[in-house]
Amino acid sequence: MLAVDVKGLSKTFLGDKKALNGVSLSIQEGEMVALIGASGSGKSTLLRHIAGLIKGDSDGGKVDILGDSMQVNGRIAKNARKTRSQIGVVFQQFNLVTRLTVLTNVLIGLLGSVPRWRGTFGLFTQDEKTRAMAALDRVGIADHAGKRASNLSGGQQQRAAIARALTQGARLILADEPIASLDPASSKKVMNTLERINKEDDITVVVSLHQVDYALKYCPRTIAMREGVVIFDGPSAELTPDFLRELYGDESVELFADPVESKAPVSAPVREEELALAAG
Amino acid sequence: MTMTAGNTGQAIPHIPPKDIKRSGLNILIWAVIMGLLVMSWEGADMRPMELIENSENMVQFASGFFPPDFLEWKLYVSEMWVTIQIAIWGTALSILCSIPLGILCSENIVPPWVYQPVRRVMDSFRAINEMVFAMLFVVAVGLGPFAGVLALWIHTTGILAKLYSEAVEAIDPQPVEGIRATGANGLQEVIFGVIPQVLPLWISYSLYRFESNVRSATVLGIVGAGGIGMVLWEYIRGFYYAETAAVMIIVIVSVSLLDILSQRLRKMVT
Repeated sequence: MLAVDVKGLSKTFLGDKKALNGVSLSIQEGEMVALIGASGSGKSTLLRHIAGLIKGDSDGGKVDILGDSMQVNGRIAKNARKTRSQIGVVFQQFNLVTRLTVLTNVLIGLLGSVPRWRGTFGLFTQDEKTRAMAALDRVGIADHAGKRASNLSGGQQQRAAIARALTQGARLILADEPIASLDPASSKKVMNTLERINKEDDITVVVSLHQVDYALKYCPRTIAMREGVVIFDGPSAELTPDFLRELYGDESVELFADPVESKAPVSAPVREEELALAAG
Repeated sequence: MTMTAGNTGQAIPHIPPKDIKRSGLNILIWAVIMGLLVMSWEGADMRPMELIENSENMVQFASGFFPPDFLEWKLYVSEMWVTIQIAIWGTALSILCSIPLGILCSENIVPPWVYQPVRRVMDSFRAINEMVFAMLFVVAVGLGPFAGVLALWIHTTGILAKLYSEAVEAIDPQPVEGIRATGANGLQEVIFGVIPQVLPLWISYSLYRFESNVRSATVLGIVGAGGIGMVLWEYIRGFYYAETAAVMIIVIVSVSLLDILSQRLRKMVT
């Protein structure tokens, strides 16, 4: 079954700016796909449409998730709430409720599936709490379950957000720039976690990335966007730097701005020089 | 080795010219303020000279307050306690009502056809002073503290609902979006996404309103709604200025103490 099926999706924001322009793509269940492109290319907007958090234009195509309609021609489907409960969304800013404990944040993932009154009053069973703890254990932050989310580092918060998606029982995880505000070490942990749940649980992962090297390393397939249009969709191996430069022009500088590893030699001599200056 | 602004060889950027439009607007604003003050002089019956001309009378009047007469201090303290109790119940009831009403006033949570009418009702609760409500409730439920509680309840609900909704409108929408993305319903978004974010502010506002309500409750007695105000009014009407002074001191001390206490509590939550 197709995990994501987007056909002719368009979105015009106020001021005639086409954020998405006739985007079509389909993603099979169990795939791990990177979505790349410079800032403002429409990656986030596309993911939000797939999650049913924003509506497309009234003549702007459709989004189907795991066989159910999410939105058609600018109308969110009636059972979007049920469809959404199969999608775990991981945001750049984590979107945890920072004043609640990590465990409560993870339990929030169950709101879409437990009886409404029980969810509303926050009455979760022992069994559900155990499930949430198991999810926290899998992402490696079970020790922090009782802490307020605000007391965790960015990388830990992001992994808590992934635990929330796991507890939710998501079949599809949409990660919107999950590592854009993290340091390289935390970024790697988050990406490894996403890779693991993709492989072990067969959960489809669509992750938008600012840095192409992460896409190459973690995702077999890459979709590249520019100005609201898909300009590349294929195996990540075909994305050579030259090809990207040709594809993105000047913007490719921005795409390679944050190297994953082993690109340090370029910057190291400069730093030594600076140190010498400071000492003198 | 050192870098200074001067030796970069580039021309120093020009200082931006004064914005004529903005300075013109400044003059206009001041002219309007001055005009308003002059215009209102007569209507407000301003007679500053009389403060000096009748200064002897004023001194004589003021001396009547000293020394304060604390002979009946037990009555004053117990009536002050009644006043505080009126404020406690008035505030508690209004907090209960303001939680849902505040949410229903927030434009980032509910559609316009909900928040507009609810806001207008809240406006009317606020527009009418608690003294006016007290007079009405004295007629409805009879003389005494209960009328005061009801008056504070209505008026404070109008204020707190507005303050609560302002806090809600200033929340970070991202955590709420995160909860919506899990498939939660609207009420659950509010309970898990909105309320944890606004709770410290809500507590702070509620305590602040409690302070204000203690002050308001001291005068509610004047229209017969119970508490220390009733005592105060009797003394002023009977020209018992020494006793009036004693009651005023009791009010000042209790209100100050409660202000300090609630300020401490507010600092603790935010």
